[in-house]
Amino acid sequence: MHELEELYQEIILEHNKRPRNFRSLDDHTAHAEGNNPMCGDEIEVFLKTDGDRIEALTFQGEGCAISKASASLMTEALTGKTVQEAYAEIDRVMQLLKEQGIEPDLARDGDIAALTGVRKFPARIKCATLAWHALHAALKGEGNTSTEE
Amino acid sequence: MGIETASQQVQQWRGAFPLLNQLVNGQPLVYLDNAATTQKPQVVIDRLQRYYAHDNANIHRGVHALSQRATEDYEAAREVVARFLGGVESRQCVFVRGATEAVNLVAQCYLRPKLGEGDVILLTGMEHHANIVPWQLVAEERGARIEVLPVTPEGELDLEALPRMLRDLPVKLMAFVHTSNSLGTINPSAEIIALCREAGVPVLLDAAQAAPHQRLDVPALDPDFLVFSGHKTYGPTGIGVLYAKWQHLSQMPPYQGGGDMILKVSFEQTRFKEPPERFEAGTPHIAGAIGLATALEYFMELDQEALLAHEAAMRQRAEAGLGEIEGLRIIGQAPRKASVVSFVVDDVHPHDIGTFLDQDGIAIRAGHHCTQPLMKHLGLPGTARASFAFYNTMEEVDALVRGVQRIVKFFR
Repeated sequence: MHELEELYQEIILEHNKRPRNFRSLDDHTAHAEGNNPMCGDEIEVFLKTDGDRIEALTFQGEGCAISKASASLMTEALTGKTVQEAYAEIDRVMQLLKEQGIEPDLARDGDIAALTGVRKFPARIKCATLAWHALHAALKGEGNTSTEE
Repeated sequence: MGIETASQQVQQWRGAFPLLNQLVNGQPLVYLDNAATTQKPQVVIDRLQRYYAHDNANIHRGVHALSQRATEDYEAAREVVARFLGGVESRQCVFVRGATEAVNLVAQCYLRPKLGEGDVILLTGMEHHANIVPWQLVAEERGARIEVLPVTPEGELDLEALPRMLRDLPVKLMAFVHTSNSLGTINPSAEIIALCREAGVPVLLDAAQAAPHQRLDVPALDPDFLVFSGHKTYGPTGIGVLYAKWQHLSQMPPYQGGGDMILKVSFEQTRFKEPPERFEAGTPHIAGAIGLATALEYFMELDQEALLAHEAAMRQRAEAGLGEIEGLRIIGQAPRKASVVSFVVDDVHPHDIGTFLDQDGIAIRAGHHCTQPLMKHLGLPGTARASFAFYNTMEEVDALVRGVQRIVKFFR
């Protein structure tokens, strides 16, 4: 049960129950869909930039606790950041979620560190990375993305 | 049969499947993903081992003893399949990779040449992707279209709509599932086939989920085509069967070209063998066919009545136990169901259920079960699905129910 509790930490459960920024954005400047063809999870990410700065970041869709919490945490972490900072953060979080060797920096990663429980559950890593893939596609101006890519 | 003897009977069945006897995540494995693939009895594993250790040779070509032995065993396997299908002719049984390949073969070799602009291929709302996509490929190419017989909220086919669709639409073929992999619904296939017969519409019956539970009486059902997969029927992966009426099979062009399907080859012209060889280009999955035959023989020797009664009892116990959990909904309430229980729980996503149960050593399937259109129709992102085989036990059903109870508590 220990690994399960590490996966479903309080922060994850809380974001799953009450996801932040869980809505579409009518005046978005970019958006993208992320889907996980293996399981059918679908998340849509909406983005509004003002110059180089991410003014608003929201999401909606269907997903498991992990994908929903991850998306919710992402919107909190990246709202107000510049596009360059967002790219860097996406790279770092992806690495953090996929690679056993890298330890989260609590000061810097904050609640996102809670997502690293997925590393013990290889089948669920795609759930955690889905929203981040979708945001990456939105920033690049690509309409949709899939975790199979 | 009394409870005591019934459980002894199950233990005896179970003992034939070595894989079941292991720990997963420190817990005794509870394998409830049988609709995805079934486990293999020791006799099948032994038969594959014996084939590769003693009998391996290429078929239909060698004059030597081993080749003759392999050829005889491969053709004997076809006879077993014909017997499993209720006594059809073995030449009507083509070995393919699985149900998916069988559907593709019929779509490409039977339907494609007959299909014209505006024609209709009739499917149902509960089809597996394997019985949707192959038809879409030929429909798109020929300017034909797919029409769908609707599914009721209970998870049954809306049979009232069928006669009208068959009458009003230019249907060139109907393809539908005998037993639904997502809902467990057992469709009234004989009735549907009879309606199609009246309307002069040929039928393909997807029996992938039906074959593991009962012998198929193909002469009584009378479909034009029937497909099933070996690996879902206690046999090896990579082998399956296409059954077809001879009047169709004998007229169909080859699926793939290659060795073993030809009578005479020159660069100007090639003459093909008669079916079934015409559709088995190249060296087939000889071991797979022989292993499948062993699996079917094993299965046919079981007490079919006891087996079905045990499967039904497990499903009812699971539905009763799970049904008591607050916020849990069983998806698929058809009166006739195979031993499949699909369910959703308020505020708990199926994947999270799957991950939790896996930590208890319980294997279920979570997701859309390769039936995305059905899930969309039901307004669900997916379900959690427990599917039982005759080698599962009542104790395992109880472990599932306890596991789900615990998850619900955790997430609320």
